[in-house]
Amino acid sequence: MTLEATTETTRDAAARAVDLRKSYGSGDSEVHALDGVSVEFERGAFTAIMGPSGSGKSTLMHCLAALDAPTAGRVVVDGTDVGSLNDKALTALRRERIGFVFQAFNLIPTLTARENILLPLDLAGTKPDKGWFDTVIEAVGLADRLGHRPAQMSGGQQQRVACARALASRPAIVFADEPTGNLDSASGAEVLAFLRRSVDEFGQTVVMVTHDAIAASYCDRVIFLADGLIVDELDRPTRDDILAHMTALQDAALKTKAATDGTGT
Amino acid sequence: MFRLVLRNLLARKVRLVMSSLAIVLGVAFLSGVLVFSNGLSSTFDSIIKGSTPDATVRAKGLDSFDAGTTGTSTATISPAAVAKLAALPQVAAADGSVDGNGMSLLDDHGDLVGGTGAPTLAFNHTGGVNMAGEPITVLEQGTWPGPGQIVMDAGSAKRAGYHVGDTVSVLPPTSSTQLKATLVGTADFNGGSTAGSTLLIFDTPTAQKIFLGGKDAFTSVSLTAARGVSQTDLVAAAKKVLPSDFEAVTGDQVVDESQDAISQLLDVISVFLLVFALIAVVVGAFIIVNTFTILVAQRTRELALLRALGATRRQVTRSVLAEALVMSVVASTIGIALGWALARGLAAVFRAAGLDISGRVLTLDASSVLISYGVGIMVTLLAAWLPARRAGKVAPVTAMRGDLARTAAPLRTRVIVATVLFAVGAVLAAAGFLGAPGSQAAWVGVGALVWVLTLAATSSVVGRPVLVLCRTVFARLFGASGRLAGENALRDPRRTGATASALMIGLALVSTIGVLAASLNNTVDDIVNKEFTSDFLVQSATFAPFPTSIGDQMATVPGVATVSRQQLVSADIVDHGNLDTGQTTTLSGLDDAFTGIYRLEMKSGTEQLSGNGAVVASDLAKQRGWKVGSAFELAFPAGKTLDLTVTGISKPSEITGPISARLALIDQAGLQRQDTTLSIMLAPGASAATVLPELKKITDAAKIVDVYDKGSFADQIRGQVNQLLYMIYGLLALAIVIAIIGIVNTLGLSVIERTREIGLLRAVGMSRARLRRMITLESIAIAVLGAVMGMALGLVIGVLLRQALASKLTSLGLPLGQLALFLVIAVVVGILAALLPAARAARLNVLAAITSE
Repeated sequence: MTLEATTETTRDAAARAVDLRKSYGSGDSEVHALDGVSVEFERGAFTAIMGPSGSGKSTLMHCLAALDAPTAGRVVVDGTDVGSLNDKALTALRRERIGFVFQAFNLIPTLTARENILLPLDLAGTKPDKGWFDTVIEAVGLADRLGHRPAQMSGGQQQRVACARALASRPAIVFADEPTGNLDSASGAEVLAFLRRSVDEFGQTVVMVTHDAIAASYCDRVIFLADGLIVDELDRPTRDDILAHMTALQDAALKTKAATDGTGT
Repeated sequence: MFRLVLRNLLARKVRLVMSSLAIVLGVAFLSGVLVFSNGLSSTFDSIIKGSTPDATVRAKGLDSFDAGTTGTSTATISPAAVAKLAALPQVAAADGSVDGNGMSLLDDHGDLVGGTGAPTLAFNHTGGVNMAGEPITVLEQGTWPGPGQIVMDAGSAKRAGYHVGDTVSVLPPTSSTQLKATLVGTADFNGGSTAGSTLLIFDTPTAQKIFLGGKDAFTSVSLTAARGVSQTDLVAAAKKVLPSDFEAVTGDQVVDESQDAISQLLDVISVFLLVFALIAVVVGAFIIVNTFTILVAQRTRELALLRALGATRRQVTRSVLAEALVMSVVASTIGIALGWALARGLAAVFRAAGLDISGRVLTLDASSVLISYGVGIMVTLLAAWLPARRAGKVAPVTAMRGDLARTAAPLRTRVIVATVLFAVGAVLAAAGFLGAPGSQAAWVGVGALVWVLTLAATSSVVGRPVLVLCRTVFARLFGASGRLAGENALRDPRRTGATASALMIGLALVSTIGVLAASLNNTVDDIVNKEFTSDFLVQSATFAPFPTSIGDQMATVPGVATVSRQQLVSADIVDHGNLDTGQTTTLSGLDDAFTGIYRLEMKSGTEQLSGNGAVVASDLAKQRGWKVGSAFELAFPAGKTLDLTVTGISKPSEITGPISARLALIDQAGLQRQDTTLSIMLAPGASAATVLPELKKITDAAKIVDVYDKGSFADQIRGQVNQLLYMIYGLLALAIVIAIIGIVNTLGLSVIERTREIGLLRAVGMSRARLRRMITLESIAIAVLGAVMGMALGLVIGVLLRQALASKLTSLGLPLGQLALFLVIAVVVGILAALLPAARAARLNVLAAITSE
């Protein structure tokens, strides 16, 4: 019944975090990776989460993607309150409504590209939609590589297979964690172009964590995190806008660190 | 460097505990068997030494017959002769003994006690002393027997449920009438144990009444030397006054003879158990090779860093070997301690089977400990040597490289070497069939050994089709998780193969034995069908002789037309008049009715026995060079001899011994007339259904024999074959347990290695249950691979061995039902082995797994 109510109020957002907190350790050594983050991700939008190292951007994504449990606060994905789910339901949620692209090690080495792409569907026991599968394969440009194993493909090709897998089950939202972090710029551009296209042409929702301004410039919206809080947000940014914001955040962080170090000694 | 070794061991303790377990179990089995064997032989040693007097006077010819031989001498020595011995100045005491074989003790319900295990020794109480001057038997409770009284060993009294004061029933060897005597005490051999034998002690007149028909005489005399007289002088003095058919021998010689006879049996038991212990150790070695290979592979980067920091190849290799050394020492120590407990367990099993071994003799002697350490450490070091060498070859630059792609050398060399070795094995087996010197079975055995090792080394290639089939089946049945499991089993074929090989060895042996046992059972059926031509057969389960009165009773049962008697006795074929070097064989005494029931397949001569004529089996005739008309001489335990002439040569048969002669000649041989088998024919028109219950009444009363028809006779033999088969299966079970540990180990290490992959699978939606299933299926694939390879090889070896033994195993049997069962067991083994690794994988935190290095 509560589920019903939640569904009602969040129908507009693909994923939503409410006052999300995540802390590690306790007492003096307690670290707040997320210190009360509230954010919504609109359907059909490509959003980047940026911030300096240790800002909490990866933690935020892990919590949103139901890979990590927050200390406090709520996460709602596609109308479902993640906090109320047990492991089995979480697994089903990840399988059916969330797509993942990780920075590295995205594919099962023993499976071919096609098998990797269809893995979530296989695990769910559902038949792939032939038309959709062909569309996705065409879009990532891998039609001739489907029988290859990951070891026989370049890093860029592997990442594109990962993207295709993320889309294969038509998830409500795709989370990408530094998807271009390990790629050369040309391969990275291909992956980003594909993610962009999936939003524009297929109406996908994509959330990407990155520290690369060029990657972020492909997005509709950029959220900046620092010290576990959302500190800024840009709509339709250019690369220069992003770089300027990044630099400002970096400087602020350095000042704070110098201040705390000073008081510490 | 040594500190690093210890650190490494401690850091990986969980992984090492499992592989150590393989050594622990192997060494435990080995040391257990060694301790047990030593205990067994020292038990017998102490009995033999404790029960042998300074010198023994006995009927001539007895020395060449082992204990438990069939045929009881009727030779006796008179009290006057004993008195003459006692009067010698060299003799302190001469005690006349009356020993009776074949007596049976009945319990308070009238059922046979023991009977199938150790012998029952019945004798008179003389109060004689052994070589050390201690009494031979020691009273534990009550008094020594007087007329109509009996003393028995405490163990038998307990087993039979008798207490001092009870009336005891015994069955004498020559009559089917039970004797009653009052139990007045319990006594044991000096040393405490009777090794499972039943001791029945009477006073001299009672013993003479039972065994010698009341004649005042003795079967042997125990001599005690006067002070300062040596055994040799004692014997020399005694010889001068002995009757011609008796001899005197020193206590030392009697001890030697007894030890020789016993040690043959004990050696069989020890070697039998040791073989299985060694199999367990070899299987354990496979686990070690595999574990260290995986550990070295997982540590490649760390080893490379060591090399980059300046460690030499040898230092790296030695560091891995040192780890193996520390591990093997610890594991062997635990194994030896466990083995000591195992020896007590084995002793308990043997005690239950009627061979009591006191716990006192089961001690860890230095040689058992040293051998166990030696084997445990050597096997571990040898097994770790290959992986250790590979560790030394790691290039320093690997430390800097991100990718740890394992560069597997192509399997082609392996395939070529394997093909050659396989051919070598085949040539060896073929050599056996084509008439190479030695036994065919031995050649096949050597070939089989080569095959087992070759298959173990090439399982990665040979086993591939099985794994591919598993993948297809799993994928069809279980979808994605099934296919992933199949792929995982295929991704490192060496690892899968090596793990499966441990199981393969066990199952190859199990299947070989299975084929031989099934063939034996088939052969038994064939022989029974062909040669069991009487309506009923009466025998004791242990083939022991029984009183002729049983046959007399049976002849009176209405509907019984014929009772044919056969007595088997041991005999020596005398070579050129030399009594001592003869070849021991068995003589069948047959009555006239025999040829009316059975047909021997004659090669030459006649099967009708007359006078001193003998029918000889063709293999013996060929060996001795006898033809129809050849004369030969047999010597018997009483020292008498028989001159026989070959009147017929027959094909070897299961229904008679190698030499058959008239039953009446047994008396002339100086042996007690008893029966070993009775063959019964029904009168025309009589129904088996009405006669059998009557015969059963007689055998039930007689206790020591059973009556069989064709079906129950075959069942009884099959029961004995299967009993042995299950015992061997039981002993091989340990090798299979060790193989399971190997699978657990490999899977556990694979799970650690694939942590990230497991995290990814969980992230993209694999449930815990499916993850567990995936690992379980991989485990099943390994187990099935081992089982299939083992069973296939075992079948081939079994069929070849059967072929090599075709003269004995005339009919081939394939235990297909059993093989199917083994496959099911392999699946269960796979499921069990996966329990821990699967639980561990399922517990992994998704995020931690996916972000792990």
